[in-house]
Amino acid sequence: MTQPQSISVTKPMHEDLPEEKFNELEAFIDGMETTKGALIEILHKAQQIFGFLPRDVQLYVARKLGIPGAEVFGVVSFYSYFTTKPRGKHTISVCMGTACFVRGADKILERLKEKLGIESNEITEDGLFTIKDVRCVGACGLAPVVMVDEKVFGRVKEEDLDDIINSYKKG
Amino acid sequence: MAITRTNIMICVGTGCLATESEKVLKNLELILKARGYDKEVKIIKTGCFGFCEQGPIVKIEPENVFYVRVGPKDAKDIIDEHIIKGRRVERLLYKEPFQNEGIDKQENIPFYKKQLRVALRNCGLVNPEDIYEYIALGGYEALGKAITKMSRDEVIDTVKKSCLRGRGGGGFPTGVKWEIAKAQESQVKFIICNADEGDPGAFMDRSILEGDPHSVLEAMAIGGYAIGSDKGIIYIRAEYPLAISRLKTAISQARELGLLGKNIFDTDFNFDIDIKYGAGAFVCGEETALINSCEGKRGEPNYKPPYPAQEGYWGHPTCVNNVETFANIPSIITKGPEWFTSMGTENSKGTKVFALAGKINNVGLVEVPMGITLREIIYDIGGGIQGGKKFKAVQTGGPSGGVITENELDTPIDYDSLTGIGSMMGSGGMIVMDETDNMVNIAKFYLEFTMDESCGRCTPCRIGTKRLYEMLNKITSGKATMADLDAMKQLSYMVKDGSLCGLGQTAPNPIISTMKHFWNEYVALVTDYDNPQGEGKYEAKNKIGIES
Amino acid sequence: MKIKSLDELQKIREDHANKVKLRDSGNGESDKIEVLIGMATCGISSGARETLNAFIEELDHKKIDNVKVVTVGCIGYCHSEPIVQINIPGQSPVLYGNVKKDKVQIILDQHIVQGKPVDNLILKVDFERA
Repeated sequence: MTQPQSISVTKPMHEDLPEEKFNELEAFIDGMETTKGALIEILHKAQQIFGFLPRDVQLYVARKLGIPGAEVFGVVSFYSYFTTKPRGKHTISVCMGTACFVRGADKILERLKEKLGIESNEITEDGLFTIKDVRCVGACGLAPVVMVDEKVFGRVKEEDLDDIINSYKKG
Repeated sequence: MAITRTNIMICVGTGCLATESEKVLKNLELILKARGYDKEVKIIKTGCFGFCEQGPIVKIEPENVFYVRVGPKDAKDIIDEHIIKGRRVERLLYKEPFQNEGIDKQENIPFYKKQLRVALRNCGLVNPEDIYEYIALGGYEALGKAITKMSRDEVIDTVKKSCLRGRGGGGFPTGVKWEIAKAQESQVKFIICNADEGDPGAFMDRSILEGDPHSVLEAMAIGGYAIGSDKGIIYIRAEYPLAISRLKTAISQARELGLLGKNIFDTDFNFDIDIKYGAGAFVCGEETALINSCEGKRGEPNYKPPYPAQEGYWGHPTCVNNVETFANIPSIITKGPEWFTSMGTENSKGTKVFALAGKINNVGLVEVPMGITLREIIYDIGGGIQGGKKFKAVQTGGPSGGVITENELDTPIDYDSLTGIGSMMGSGGMIVMDETDNMVNIAKFYLEFTMDESCGRCTPCRIGTKRLYEMLNKITSGKATMADLDAMKQLSYMVKDGSLCGLGQTAPNPIISTMKHFWNEYVALVTDYDNPQGEGKYEAKNKIGIES
Repeated sequence: MKIKSLDELQKIREDHANKVKLRDSGNGESDKIEVLIGMATCGISSGARETLNAFIEELDHKKIDNVKVVTVGCIGYCHSEPIVQINIPGQSPVLYGNVKKDKVQIILDQHIVQGKPVDNLILKVDFERA
């Protein structure tokens, strides 16, 4: 079994990926009792630290754990929670669960894309927003649901979208 | 010190939090204190009451008065009128549509009248962050009874006699699963709780974990004792942050009281629980895929046999049960299997939790005895169709299930009857559709989901769902011919028969079932595209839900 | 503290029973005796809140747990506040007037425990239940 402490890996740092962040990730991995079966947990942590999982971070994790980079990429690409692209300052998640769908979430998503001029998982030019379609957030009673970061907006109508977007433009 | 005379119960589940229940809570606390009533009146944060459509929900005990849609500004009236002067705040009482009279008691609200709460017994009744409240309601007695007074075989026998079947969708008898796991000769065994609730539109597992986490921990320990395992794992979606934090609190409280850990109840039984996070993959609800994901790998299913009960987590015998299944266990142990089998139908005992959503008046979580009819659920509990529109169909079983039409609404529902009418129980999602929904579009929605969630391991599912989705797109954009409809039907059966795991085997169900019941809508799109049925627009919405 | 036996668990259960005893499970269990206390303005100014808390404390003290103390609005006999109504399942309600907190003890002992209404405090017996 891999002993994480025994492996020292060069950190592929540059301006978007500062050393402190790698240090934080390294400390997390070194602090684990075992890394057996912990890849997903480590990637959760890495995404929490960096905000996304670019190739360099994936390779760093792979070398640190002594496993092939392809294995890490295989896991990252398999799970929808992991993203390899940077996010805007605010993530607007549109719930596409069935309950929201039958109450018109698809139209909300389309309008939102039109208004911000981006597709899902892209960033607006000002770097403020990313749109994401998510599977059921479990607030079906409030369908259709839009989440901006952690805040949930329920029973959203197309008319409400401008207000929601503007309230985040100021702040 | 004055003794508490009133409890104000406020829901802080995900649904109610989204409607500002936290602000309501804060205001209640402030005003109560300002009026000097904070000694005799206590505010309790609880889990989900299930009536999410009407959230935030505040319930006053012992009067048992049930307030709905309580806004931050209503806190003042609840304190000043109800708590201080004993007057009901009429405008916050639940009103049936088209009725003026408010209903004050929870049990008189039609939404609750036909419900029977077993798995949800403590949701909305206890503070999920206080283990002592759970114990005060009889919690952990089942665990104590099991490990100090019953043999492992007796525990398994009790669960077998209760005829409890897996609530995650499969319906496999839980007692039999435990028996197989127990029979394996191995020093190391695992018991896993499947909390990777993937069906979009089902949220009962989340509610149980948020509202009553200890019932799941207790049941896992009982299961661990029965099969001879000392290690439990809860595999939960990372998208459920509140449930995760409640579980962590619950686990550490249980450890403190020695209800998890070494020598539980001073016996030689040891048991502890870890949490593992999912990362958003529907297929991980399948048990072999779930185990792969627990090991940190891609969540792809394996060929069975060997079954996980024989060779599972890191090759050791592993028993995987769903959250709702576990939540039934403690009551079965304390009240006995006869109590459990007194509810339900011949082959499906007990109750089932359904997440009622879609075009229905009372969206929420309902727990009903098996054997109730869909009509009762939709019209008596659910309050009928929104906006007085006409009922068209209800989808049960999520993306793996099928639609049920008006003709079959009076079927008493259980595992077998639902399969008999071309759908399935599934995890309990129940999406109601009205006359404006076009069923081809619904089928396309589900196919898009399964196509997106197909893990890619086996060809029929990976390529088949994609081709099916393309065909549906062709139909909804008016470019299909009758030959395409036949081809789609044929391909559906090929995917069903050729796929490795449950996801692929059931993925075409929404197509097969909508084609059976709503063939005319398919035909109309082929032959008369300009005059579509239902809601009139079918622009291909191409990319929704596809991660690039 | 680790729980070592079912008896210890039972003990903890009893110690904390207070926390949850006010709540019912919503399944319509109604075999409890109800004590209704009028909490309108005139009731409060005549000491209804003190009476209410006295009931709660006495019930707790005597470990009586089949009684539900409920606050209600104006009962309508302002001259005799605080008003307390006792509903024992299967019997007609009994209305007491001028129940200051010092009367709580006797109502509890005689009426609720022994089932004999306290005649000299009764305002009016046998009326249609409000």
